[in-house]
Amino acid sequence: MSERLREKLNILADAAKYDVSCSSSGSDRKNTNKGVGNGHKSGICHTYTEDGRCVSLLKILFTNHCIFDCAYCVSRKSNDIERAAFTVDEVVELTMNFYRRNYIEGLFLSSGIFKNADFTMERLLRVVKKLRLEQNYNGYIHLKTIPGASDELITEAGLYADRMSINLEMPTEAGLKLLAPEKSHQDVIKPLGFVKNQIIQFKEEKKLIKSVPKFVPAGQSTQMVIGATPETDKEIMHTAAAFYKNFSLKRVYYSGYIPISNDSRMPILGTQPPLLRENRLYQTDWLMRFYGFDVRELLNDANPHLDTDIDPKLSWALRNMHHFPIDINTADYKTILRVPGIGVGSAQKIVQARKFGKLYIHQLKKIGIAYNRAKHFIICADTPYQLKDFQSHQIKGFILAESQSKYLKTPSEQLLLF
Amino acid sequence: MIYIFDGSLEGLLTAVFEWFERKSGNVKLTPQSKYQPDAFMPSFEILTNRAKADRVWKGLAKRMGRDWMRRVYCAYLSELEEMHQEIFGFCIYIFQHPAGAEKNYGNAHVLNIAQTARKVEREKHRMEAFIRFQKTADGLFYCGIDPDFNVIPLLVNHFKNRYADQQWIIYDIKRHYGILYNLQTVEEIEMDVDINLLKKANQHMLDEQELLYADLWKDYFKSTNIVARKNTKLHKQHVPKRYWKYLTEKL
Repeated sequence: MSERLREKLNILADAAKYDVSCSSSGSDRKNTNKGVGNGHKSGICHTYTEDGRCVSLLKILFTNHCIFDCAYCVSRKSNDIERAAFTVDEVVELTMNFYRRNYIEGLFLSSGIFKNADFTMERLLRVVKKLRLEQNYNGYIHLKTIPGASDELITEAGLYADRMSINLEMPTEAGLKLLAPEKSHQDVIKPLGFVKNQIIQFKEEKKLIKSVPKFVPAGQSTQMVIGATPETDKEIMHTAAAFYKNFSLKRVYYSGYIPISNDSRMPILGTQPPLLRENRLYQTDWLMRFYGFDVRELLNDANPHLDTDIDPKLSWALRNMHHFPIDINTADYKTILRVPGIGVGSAQKIVQARKFGKLYIHQLKKIGIAYNRAKHFIICADTPYQLKDFQSHQIKGFILAESQSKYLKTPSEQLLLF
Repeated sequence: MIYIFDGSLEGLLTAVFEWFERKSGNVKLTPQSKYQPDAFMPSFEILTNRAKADRVWKGLAKRMGRDWMRRVYCAYLSELEEMHQEIFGFCIYIFQHPAGAEKNYGNAHVLNIAQTARKVEREKHRMEAFIRFQKTADGLFYCGIDPDFNVIPLLVNHFKNRYADQQWIIYDIKRHYGILYNLQTVEEIEMDVDINLLKKANQHMLDEQELLYADLWKDYFKSTNIVARKNTKLHKQHVPKRYWKYLTEKL
């Protein structure tokens, strides 16, 4: 019996790992009914895989049987792999036992679509209900919304789950049509919009009536696969920005494509996954959400691709040298955030510290900014007076010369001699 | 001037009180265990006084918010040698300046306390993540740890709230004390024998299903790994090697 359970876990955890969402944060669910478990506001990463990603949830597919045949998915109908399915009780037992031993923060439940969307969603709903109502489980639950499921099932699921998400998979409609002709972005947009409206409605009702239950308190997220289809960074980030704005998403994930087949429409087996590009995209995503940048400042028709040798913030600063240098003792918070080498934490400390006196270079270094990088863009109380004005490419040269970045080890293209 | 105190938090706060009463000028604070008589500097022994310590603590609380009180406590729990002097200097700085002085990250004491408190909180967060309970045959969940700093007092609330319906023990192997939750309250305990349940010899003490779940967890850990993205340096950065002996999946 336990052998079969171990087999099922191996198959269904392996198939679920390509959905990179790992967050367990955003829920302040409390253990009020003498049950077990609670949410942790900032999430907890219980361990990390050998590739460096955090494991905080039990991430499994309910089953990897699927009626669809999307070319980028390892569980597609036409792929000859071992198929398995959990029972509701098995998933509940596994989750509760792992949780009690503090192995996980919660459950991440996805599924291939078998029979039809409603049948699948109803099974997932049964698992979630059993955990919350029978087991008195108050930990984190991330549930995938099955596109095409009925509104009633989705609403009921939202009462028990902390986060719900659906994956866009391909950044543009054209890309999606190329690899999964049966699907379209509309299948994703409709449920995202529906859940977003429900979240707003429940929040409004909660202001008037105290006993209104929580509905998807940790919000929604989505995921895009990078590198399977030839979209530019500009198209990817503009899509992401549109989805953040229109659906109030908490996160968009960018997953570098890991080749799983020899299909000629996509990179074949053995191609390196685009890890550097993925890293730059996440840096751009952070700039949009925490540093107040608009996506059009970072990626537009003039610059449709992100630089690989420097990060997007430095790249923007070098293209906009007319904004710099700024005086660190008088500039406002928003401007300080835009200086390469100064992060959100340091910017806040600077603004607080300068109420007590002018800031000198040694103090800035102690606060923790990357001074070697930032010095080209700021003036402090004791900055030496500079007669020479440097050009962008010269400053880029200085920074790269001192840089310890792991990406610089990879050789770039041939030197231009003329 | 050298002040000698007993090493406890109350002793430290009493020292702050004595400094303001005596106005001793430049003072070096040392715990009794580290004291070496100095030919050139006079020394004064601090007698820990609970009432005086309370007055200092309340005085600090009136001037700073709860988050800074917690930072001072965390800095003390770090058990780092230089922290006693830093906390002493920090308290004096706070009392000598108007309210809001703790925001001055330009001052060395403020910055040090903030950075050390951050290290302790990170260790606590790592403990919340890496503690792996094992179910014993009598239904008790046990875990032994050896954190870099003394973070067990900070773990009490989290585990009490989360595992409200099971009995558990978290034991600090290095510092020889631990906490036990008995479904009502959390108590401090000391065990005579340090038991490492992970050793094969002790396996008869475990619940019958325990090995199955340990195996399932190891299977899961292997299945979620994407081999094409292997990055051992990043992996070790997140899960430093010194924690590996306590993680079921690494054994």
